[in-house]
Amino acid sequence: MNRFVLAFAVLFAFMMQAFAQDTAAPSADVDRSATGGAQTLEDILKRQRGEKVDYDFRRNATGDPDSAASMSSQLGTLGGASDPELWRALRYGSADVTVSSGGQVASVLMQDGGMRWLLFRQGPLATYGGYLLLGTLGFLALFYLLRGRIRIDGEKTGRTITRFKAVERFGHWLLAGSFILLGITGLITLFGRMALIPLIGHDAFAPIAQASKWIHNNVSWAFMIALVMVFVMWVVHNIPNKTDLKWIAVGGGLLKKGVHPPAKKFNFGQKMIFWSVIVLGASISASGISLLFPFEYPMFAATFNVLNSTGLPQLIGFGELPTQLAPHEEMQYAQLWHSIVAFLMMAIILAHIYIGSVGMEGAYDAMGSGEVELQWAKEHHGLWVAEVEAAEKDREAKNAVPAE
Amino acid sequence: MKAMLTAFAAIIVLTIGASQVLDRAGFSSAEQGSSSSVRLGD
Repeated sequence: MNRFVLAFAVLFAFMMQAFAQDTAAPSADVDRSATGGAQTLEDILKRQRGEKVDYDFRRNATGDPDSAASMSSQLGTLGGASDPELWRALRYGSADVTVSSGGQVASVLMQDGGMRWLLFRQGPLATYGGYLLLGTLGFLALFYLLRGRIRIDGEKTGRTITRFKAVERFGHWLLAGSFILLGITGLITLFGRMALIPLIGHDAFAPIAQASKWIHNNVSWAFMIALVMVFVMWVVHNIPNKTDLKWIAVGGGLLKKGVHPPAKKFNFGQKMIFWSVIVLGASISASGISLLFPFEYPMFAATFNVLNSTGLPQLIGFGELPTQLAPHEEMQYAQLWHSIVAFLMMAIILAHIYIGSVGMEGAYDAMGSGEVELQWAKEHHGLWVAEVEAAEKDREAKNAVPAE
Repeated sequence: MKAMLTAFAAIIVLTIGASQVLDRAGFSSAEQGSSSSVRLGD
């Protein structure tokens, strides 16, 4: 679990870096008289070198109505602000904009931060996200080559034991089915422009994109319902306990044939999957709802406020996170966070799918028919089998008591 | 297998249901992006 928390923090950290505000030292001492107050060659070179430029000289150059020329003189009708000055005010959000529809959101005519979002989304997000998924697939393929399929070690008994009831399997497949649909349509949305349009062209991609969006938006509810179902059904069995230490000590027996640490209904590996799905699933649902109802449920300004008060962002060198966010910025953060969490979840679930299917003999039955080979159950969930058998004996004993 | 197929069927039902409910409740993009002073369509 700690590993995931750490990975989370690191990813979050990368995201914040890309969005760090321009906080260069004040450049009041920069002489811009040669350009009449506009940017200088030095400013341009600095930007090209990737250094921070203090744009206050530009941000604040939005004209001064008090020193406006009179109406009768040249350019007097502009009211003290030239066109470039008006555009600057629009760009930096200080212009007084009134709109007849759409509220505060529509009054933002230009949103500078949108470029940072766009570049991050097309760049690091897509690149590292893609590497993460390909890396996970590569790792699983390598694991399969080295370890092979994890077989049932002991003699098969031919007897089965009920591992998951129908309602449990229903909840699992509701979650799994919706997750796969959301994953595929999400990837189409993120990589469509980059990977699909060059392959199939704009005309073919348009309906695919539209269908993806519809599926993604509407399947989300099934995912959220299933997430709640799975949480309620299995949380009791996923509380970490001392037995997990034995599992961790031998790496779950995954690496060596014949090693079978004791485990109850869920072993430590499964508990990690469970909590990852619950925590990441809840987070992705929250950001998803924020995206599904644009501008209705902004959450990042409030989240950043809480984070700032913990002192954590300051501690890892990001300073105070912005707590005043434009409505569009809220959506942009929500989109990035949604994707980052999605990539993490997809990587984890790929490993889960592997070990539940080709990776381990007998594992799929647990979610297929719900009946697993007794020997498999004894090897992987020995304590659970003992519990079930004891409960069964108890029941039999009670039934055997003759009525008086 | 039955539980899996039932779940997949439930996904289809919930998906179509969600789209219908949201559309009827006025959450379509067209309705959200308009007001009495904006005319969309004809």
